[in-house]
Amino acid sequence: MRDDDPNQNEKVDERSGVSRRDFLKISSISVAVPLVTGPKVVFAAGEQVPVHGPGKVPMEFTINGKKHKADLEPRVTLLDALRDEFDLTGAKRVCDRAECGACTVLMDNKAVYACSVLAIEAQGRQIATVESLMQGDKLHPVQQAFVDNDASQCGFCTPGFVVACKAFLDKHPNPTPEDIRRGLSGNLCRCGTYHGIQLAIAQLAQKGA
Amino acid sequence: MADYGWPDAEHRTLIGKRITRVDSPVKVSGQAKYTYDVKRPGMLFGKILRCPYAYAKVVSIDASAAEKMPGVKAIHIIQGPNSTIHWAGDEVVAVAAVDEPTAEDAVRAIKVKYQKLSHLVSDAEPPKGAAQAQGPLSMDDIDDMLDNQVPARQMVEQIQQYGITSKPDEGTLKGLQEDGATDEVIKAIRAATVHPEAGSRPKSNYQKAAAQTLGDGEKAFAQAEVISEGLYGVPVITHCCLESHGSTSEWTDNDHLLVHMSTQNVSGIAGQMAEPLKIPATNIRVHQDHIGGGFGSKFSPDRWGIATAEVSKKAGGKPVRIMLERDSELKVAGARPSAYARVRVGAKRDGTIVAWQSESWGTGGPGGGGMPPIPYVFSIPNQRKEHTAIRNNIGPARAWRAPNHPQAAVITMCALDDLAAKLNMDPLDFFLKNIELGKPRQAIYTEELGIASDLMGWKQKWHPRGQNKSGNLARGVGLSLHTWGGRGHASDCDLTIHPDGSVDIKMGSQDLGTGTRTCILMVAADTLGIPMDTISLQIGDTMYPPSGGSGGSTTIGGVSSSTRRAAVDAREGLFAKVAPALNAQPAELESINGTVRVKGDSSRSLSWKEACSKLGAMPLTVRGKNPDKSKPPDLTNSGVGGVQMAEVEVDTDTGIVKVKKMVAVQDCGLVIDVKTAESQCHGALIMGISYSLFEEKVMDPTTGRMLNPDMQYYRLAGLNDIPELVVHMMTGKGYDERGVIGLGEPPVISPGAAISNAVANAIGVRVPFLPLTPDRVLGAFQKAGA
Ligand code: FES
Ligand code: FES
Repeated sequence: MRDDDPNQNEKVDERSGVSRRDFLKISSISVAVPLVTGPKVVFAAGEQVPVHGPGKVPMEFTINGKKHKADLEPRVTLLDALRDEFDLTGAKRVCDRAECGACTVLMDNKAVYACSVLAIEAQGRQIATVESLMQGDKLHPVQQAFVDNDASQCGFCTPGFVVACKAFLDKHPNPTPEDIRRGLSGNLCRCGTYHGIQLAIAQLAQKGA
Repeated sequence: MADYGWPDAEHRTLIGKRITRVDSPVKVSGQAKYTYDVKRPGMLFGKILRCPYAYAKVVSIDASAAEKMPGVKAIHIIQGPNSTIHWAGDEVVAVAAVDEPTAEDAVRAIKVKYQKLSHLVSDAEPPKGAAQAQGPLSMDDIDDMLDNQVPARQMVEQIQQYGITSKPDEGTLKGLQEDGATDEVIKAIRAATVHPEAGSRPKSNYQKAAAQTLGDGEKAFAQAEVISEGLYGVPVITHCCLESHGSTSEWTDNDHLLVHMSTQNVSGIAGQMAEPLKIPATNIRVHQDHIGGGFGSKFSPDRWGIATAEVSKKAGGKPVRIMLERDSELKVAGARPSAYARVRVGAKRDGTIVAWQSESWGTGGPGGGGMPPIPYVFSIPNQRKEHTAIRNNIGPARAWRAPNHPQAAVITMCALDDLAAKLNMDPLDFFLKNIELGKPRQAIYTEELGIASDLMGWKQKWHPRGQNKSGNLARGVGLSLHTWGGRGHASDCDLTIHPDGSVDIKMGSQDLGTGTRTCILMVAADTLGIPMDTISLQIGDTMYPPSGGSGGSTTIGGVSSSTRRAAVDAREGLFAKVAPALNAQPAELESINGTVRVKGDSSRSLSWKEACSKLGAMPLTVRGKNPDKSKPPDLTNSGVGGVQMAEVEVDTDTGIVKVKKMVAVQDCGLVIDVKTAESQCHGALIMGISYSLFEEKVMDPTTGRMLNPDMQYYRLAGLNDIPELVVHMMTGKGYDERGVIGLGEPPVISPGAAISNAVANAIGVRVPFLPLTPDRVLGAFQKAGA
């Protein structure tokens, strides 16, 4: 969503076999069906679509390499599941609609806005949150660069930024300033830490981290 | 007496150096727990039903369907039938349920009938004849002010200035008290002059304050050789803290409350919750580890914070979390008042400013609001100023970093910049020519202007207006000056040295991301001569000694002084116990590099740990205070001056403004941590670019609602909008000796004026109002016929 590929979101959806269009259909159908658990299949717009909910359904996730289970309503987002079910509160809820990046996590190694992914859709994916970046007591190089360059103030945007930076640098190990500006414009900070973040990235790019 | 004064540069090991923020690691790793992250056992999720109308009466509320929904645990009416709603989004009902989706469903199931009243959300120039002289206040007016969260001090001023329309009976006063009137307000009402005749006049939304004059404006304008007239202004913007307002409340028994709240005012919250909840403040414990932004908007528990405690009580005391959704955050949780002015300013041909005249207006929502401090920085000898406050239904205003100063800077510095252009003067020369009017800081401003000019390359970059254009790209530079107080607030600090050598500090302060934790540890470690990471620091709880709210740039002064005094006293206490072992007098000892030793004799020394073991069985705890006249000197000071310069590039085809470079030169007395101080300035410049180019709370005149309550259309600057930033802190001789002065507010004041002036310099015409959006830039061109 923040990389150079504007259609990334659509692509992610395609791989799961449910496009955003289908998702909208499902959610509008689900309110009309009786309370059931487990998917039910209905015929909509010429296609067979599985219908979950509206009650809680059992779900299973792989988060930071570990299996997690929970019973959740299909409308629950990945972000809320991480924060409220699994106590992984590094990803923050700020805008809750894909505008700020505070909720950024990795899904199959791609940065996504967790507020805009349904938990039910995140099943079967490798989810990695900011909590997975440290190796024991050692900060990830991106985290260390943030510390060195004072790239966090209140810190509420920071975990999202750290994850976004990691994903960005994995893809662009030697970014130009222009790459940085474009690649990291999907995250917002109110305290104004962008200066420190730019320095942090520059430091990492030099090291080839 | 012990020497509490700040050590001089040669004797500082940490103070004044560049030290890395101590809480960065927990923040970058996602371990820092914010109020939004607190999850208490058995916690319920609360949601608030908000009124969709900007001005309305609540007629009836039917929550029966919601009550019956499975999973709904409690419903609390915040504003019942007959309540008057003064802004869209105001709180009506709170619900608590087992999870968030259920709470949302419950809110949707509640039926509220409203009687709509006709609202005003505009803050456009008051129509001719609409403004009414502010008159005596009725008890309803005062109740409305309470309802609208007008600060007590402002209420007292108005009651004293304008009097009241009728003498209230004791029952009415008690009612006002229950609605939150402080003792000072009640005292002011009792003492107020009564003007019964004024009670029958209908109220206008436009209240005009008495004109303020200085010198002889008329004569001065008659003698002025050049007069410039212009229109300038700043709209209402929001705080948009990334962590929204909110709290988690739980009743640990019938009359004890535990509150986790996102607040700039940990020590001051319990006192504000006690009255409405009818329990003693001492029964309320408030806790906060980290806060995701406040910027002046988080000093009160707010109506929703009280409602969270109430709904928790109704749910049998179970923890309830209510954090505002983003749209509510932007609609109701704080806005900076707007300010606009028509200004005339006159000068002699040589550039000497002689006269100022302004008709200003603006809104702080239902409370109206006062005139910003114009003319700003420059005390022009002849002045005439009139201000009309607009009371409307956009929602309540709150302090926003440097309240009223950014508005004053735009109105003043832009008007003066236009005058300089009319005089065909380089504004840098023009401001320097008049720098004596910047008393008492003229010397600092002069020095800062010189430094800023070099860092910007002003002399190479400045061209007369509209004369630096290639193709459709116009370049320009602009500058602005600012000032702020920033003396340290009241702060108590408990510092304990344990016999095993460990040290802890407890203080009911908070770290807004400004580096407060880091600075407290730096001061303590520097004073005790031990490493920072050997000291454990606890802040953010009402269990610790009280420390002031973090507002007005007062925290660093407060906490650094109380910590310094505590650490000096603790050190002296330790020396008294250690001296016999070193065969010396306590006064001969020093504590340095983890040892306690006889000054200048390293052979007579003990390690810190050995020294502390001489304390015996009991730890040594001392309390440091700020202010503390009994322990001079005053370690803080007040009053700073800063200069900022901006360089912009404007695309004259599209109207898009890009900031290319900004320079901030700032003094703030003795800087504790240069690294976090510079970050404050960088952050302020970035926030300034954001409000200069993008931010505006846009109200819909028809529905009375905010049109852009999200982060797509309430746009904050992103990484892509940030230019080269140069920050220069004034430190060293002449600055350090002043003591510690706050820095949160000053650097955020000037960006609006500096950027607006740079745009005027680039394109040759003034864009009157911030934000400098493409449509405003193109509109200014059109108006000028350019
Ligand atoms: S909370 Fe997900 S993008 Fe803002
Ligand atoms: S550090 Fe506060 S929002 Fe980015």
